[in-house]
Parts: sequence; C-alpha cells; structure tokens
Amino acid sequence: MLLATLSLALRSIRRNLLRSFLTMLGIVIGVSAVVTMVTLGNGATLAVQSQISSLGTNLLQVRPGQRMMAPGLGGAAPSFTEADAEAIATQIGGIADVAPEARTIGTIVANGRNWSSSIIGSTNAWLTIGNWKLDQGRMFSGDELRAGAAVCLVGETVRRELFGTQSALGEQLRVKQMSCEVVGVLDSKGQGAFGNDQDDVVLMPLKTVQRRITGNFRVNTLLVSMAEGSFPGRVKGSLTQLLRERRKLSATEDDNFNVLDTKQLAEALSGTTRVMTTLLGAVAAVSLLVGGIGIMNIMLVSVTERTREIGLRLAIGALEREVLLQFLIEAVVLASLGGLLGIALATGASLALARFMDVPYLFNPGVNLLSFLFSAGIGVLFGYFPARRAAHMDPIEALRHE
Amino acid sequence: MSEPSAIDMPLIRLRGVSKVYGEGSAALSALKGVDLDIEAGDFLAIMGPSGSGKSTAMNVLGCLDTPSAGEYLFQGVHVESLTRDQRARLRRRYLGFVFQGFHLLARTSARENVELPLLYRGEPAAARRAAASRALASVGLTGWEHHTPAELSGGQQQRVAIARAIVTEPAVLLADEPTGNLDSQRSREIMDLLRGLNADHGITVLMVTHEADMAAYARRIVRFVDGAVA
Repeated sequence: MLLATLSLALRSIRRNLLRSFLTMLGIVIGVSAVVTMVTLGNGATLAVQSQISSLGTNLLQVRPGQRMMAPGLGGAAPSFTEADAEAIATQIGGIADVAPEARTIGTIVANGRNWSSSIIGSTNAWLTIGNWKLDQGRMFSGDELRAGAAVCLVGETVRRELFGTQSALGEQLRVKQMSCEVVGVLDSKGQGAFGNDQDDVVLMPLKTVQRRITGNFRVNTLLVSMAEGSFPGRVKGSLTQLLRERRKLSATEDDNFNVLDTKQLAEALSGTTRVMTTLLGAVAAVSLLVGGIGIMNIMLVSVTERTREIGLRLAIGALEREVLLQFLIEAVVLASLGGLLGIALATGASLALARFMDVPYLFNPGVNLLSFLFSAGIGVLFGYFPARRAAHMDPIEALRHE
Repeated sequence: MSEPSAIDMPLIRLRGVSKVYGEGSAALSALKGVDLDIEAGDFLAIMGPSGSGKSTAMNVLGCLDTPSAGEYLFQGVHVESLTRDQRARLRRRYLGFVFQGFHLLARTSARENVELPLLYRGEPAAARRAAASRALASVGLTGWEHHTPAELSGGQQQRVAIARAIVTEPAVLLADEPTGNLDSQRSREIMDLLRGLNADHGITVLMVTHEADMAAYARRIVRFVDGAVA
C-alpha cells in the first residue's frame, strides 16, 4: 500500500511537472541558501583558523602598552630591548624561541622601481616562530646578526613589485640612505588573519634596522613561541612576572605591556565567524518556512482540483487515513525532491563561491542531511492540513463537484 | 420479536428509512419512510422524477450516506450504525459503483483505472494487473488497456468504469444513470453488458434511470414519488 501510494504520488507530480517544479522552488531556494551559507561559513572559519595558525601556533605576542588602549595613549609605555628577549629566553622555562621585533615602514627602491613595505628587524628565530620557509637563498649568519650587516630577506610581494618575474637573489635594495643585499626570498604565506598581506615584508638583522633605519634601540614586539607540551597559562604568568620586574613596576601599578595568545585570538575569531554563519543560516531557514507555505498553498489547490477524484476514491472504499496518506506522501515527496535539488544547487553554488571568495570548500554531511530531513519535515507539516481536508470530504458532495 | 437470521434475510432490507437534510423550518425530507427488500441476484431499476428521492435512496443503498431514521440491513448488518471507515470497508468489499460521469482518473491508463479498487484492498501488483485485464476483457476492452480516458469514446469510458466496478467481484453493482451521457446505441451496449453481468455472474444490479427503455432491461422497477416508494 505504501509503495503503491508512493508511485501514485510520483505519478501525480509527473503529471503536473511545471506546477510541481514551481511548488518545489521555495524549498529548493531555502535548502540551497541554508546549505550554501553554512558550507561557506565553515570554510571561512577554517580559513581564519589556518591563517592564524600560519602566524604560528603556541605563540605569544608581547607588546608595550595596555591592551584595548586607544591608539596614542599606549605611546607612553616604554618599548622593549634586545636584552628583554635574552632574559626571557634564558630565565623562563617552557619556551622554544624568542624573537625581538623592530618594525617600521619605509620605501624600498630597487631595479628602478619603489615600493612601500614593512621593514622588520629581528633574528632567524623570527622565521622559525612565524613558520616561514625560504623559497630561495639563506637565513642570516651569526656574524651578520652580530654586526648588523647590510643584508635582507624579502617577502614574495616585495620581490614581485620590485623585480617582476626576475629573481631578487643577490640584488641590492636601497632603504633610506642604506643599501643592502638580498640574501634570501621568503616562501609566500598569503593573506593574514586580518586580511593583511603577510608577504609584504623585508626582514633585516635587528641591529641593522636599529642602527641604520630607526636610529634607536627600541624593540616594538617580542615574539615568544612556547615549547611543545608547556602550559600556556604558566608560561604567560612567569613571562608577565619577569617583564614586570625588568620594567620596575610596583605591585600597585598595572602592566604597561600586554601578552597576546594566538590561540585565544584564533578562538575569538573563529567564534565570530561561527556566529555569523549561524545568523545567516537562520535567515536562510526562514525562506525554507516560506517554501513550506508554498507547498501548502499548492496542495490545497491540488486537493480542490481533484475533489472528484477524491470522491471516487472514497466511494470505492478508500479509508480516510489512506486518502490522508496519499496527499501527505505527495507533499513529502515534493518537499524532499525540493530538498535534494536544493542540496545539488548548494553544492554547485558553494564550489563556485568558495573559489570566488578564496575560502576552502568543505563538504558538510551534517548540514546536508539535516536540511534534507528538515525539508521532508516541512512536507509533513504543511502537507497535513490539505491532506486532512481531502480525507474528510463527503464522497457524495465530492463526486458531484464540478 | 426475534431477529431473523441472515439466511432468511434478503440481501438488502430498508425499513422505514428516511433522510432529512437541514434542520428546523429549513429541513427537507428527501426520503419518507422507505421500505424496500432486494434479493441477491436481482436487477432493479429505480425510477422517478427529479426530487423524488431516488438519488438519495441510491446514496443510502450504496452506504455513501446514512439514513436519518430507520433501518438499513445489508446481509443482516445494520449499516446505519456503522462508522465512516466501517462503511468504506463494506463498500470496498461488497459494492461496485458506476456513475453517470464515468469518474475515471485523467491521464491514467484504462488498466490503472481498473486496478484502483484493488489498490485499496492491498492486492499485490501482479494480481492487480491480471484481475484488471480480466475485467477489461469481460467488458470487451481487450487491447485498450494502455489507453487513457481522453483516447476512449464515451461508451468505452463507461465500460472501463464498469470494469473498475466489477474487478473486485462485488455482490452489488450500483449504477447511477449509467447511460445518461451516452447516445442510444452506446446505451443499449452498456445495458446489455449490465444484464449480462447480472445474468451470467449473479451480480445484483441496482440502477437509477429516468429512461423507460433502459429500465426495461431490469427484472423489477421501483418508482419513487415524493420520497417514498410508489
């Protein structure tokens, strides 16, 4: 009986192909919107996570000034020194690497072109901590670091802007009054967690930047990577303690520096994208509801149109629940077909949009299954009322219906 | 007074059956105390002017409607006390219907139309198909199984409808103006068919008609006037 009813429903859907398709359209659009939103949202979350992990995992960024301080106000806090970095490396356990970072912005001239970029003075540890790989050339030698030699490593963006398709290795760059030799080219890392271009960078030994470019011994940031298996909370605690001592803060004073944990940052950012995904998904779910109302509308029309058929079925001995089931199944089949079409559409749309938006495509079986079941559920919910109307018809009246 | 046993009973017995539509001053009596016995194997024509209650009587006899008062015994069963679903089960088991307007499913083949009542009996597909082909053969429509109603003439459509009515091998065939939409040649063919089903298969036939020459095919004629048997 169930199988026969199913084939009856399919036949009736095929008989009114255009109308059936229009009926399904609401569900198709609703399901594809939900699935696309959630799929792209998950892809974006993953993209953010991988961008943050490309900053380096288990990484602490120490900056002068209090967190959340308005720009300019933090300027009063003294910056760090190279000695701070050494002290951290030698006095705190659970640390893998420490890199002091002096950062400035400057115009770089080479090959007859110029380009404005971040100029970073640091050590080879900066490369290890930031998961940087060398595309060409080498890191700095110990002598170069100690002496503040005129050498540099360039990021992929800088290389491309100044040298186009040529290799930059061995070329000379001019930064301010100084000329330096490119000894290495960094492998591309792409977009950063905040949409910044991580490859737009020139790396020099810390002393080189301090002496020849900034003209002072400030270190803007300390990058600290923690050893595998160390406790971030404990490391953070002793780091804060050490820096408070070195910066001679009394017990009543607030920290005049802040420690940022990239793991925390990753969690905060992917939390934000997750909220956005949920929100967009919920908006799309409303369109599913509208699709359900569309199904109810058409089913009511269909029941009225087929009054004589219903009368005949009742007259030849169909039970109320058999007529109910027939129309219910028809609604459910319509809705689930719409769901399947919607999922197919969403897969296509997600693949195209993921490429366009430069986020990874992640097939999410959960959301696909759930939205399919949801659309079938909508069929039951909105098919029930028309089906009950059909089942409760008086056969004599229905047979007489014109 | 003791209940007569089912064996002594006629197939159908109406006792004081009345049917009232509406309430209060707007109430309309369609049937006023109808007494009627129909033996198994009978071929009964019900005649009467419009508004005489013959259609209402047919609806009651077909268990589509319940009397407002009185008794309707079908094989000794009190139909008036059955629920809607119980009457549906009675119809699917014992009754076949033929209507003036044929009432075939559009865009559905003749055979699938005939199979419909068997669907509700839960018969397997192969048995349904075989029974439908047999029924179509017995109304002379072998070879027309795959035609849809739109591809059939009125007479052929009514024969498909008759095949649908007899495919369940019913005890009673109820035909409401079965020739009302047909010309006289087709009408005679349909009547011959009904008479054959009655004579050869022992199916009790109840037919409503207002044409005397159609009623002439019946063994017995019952006339309704003003809601009562004349």
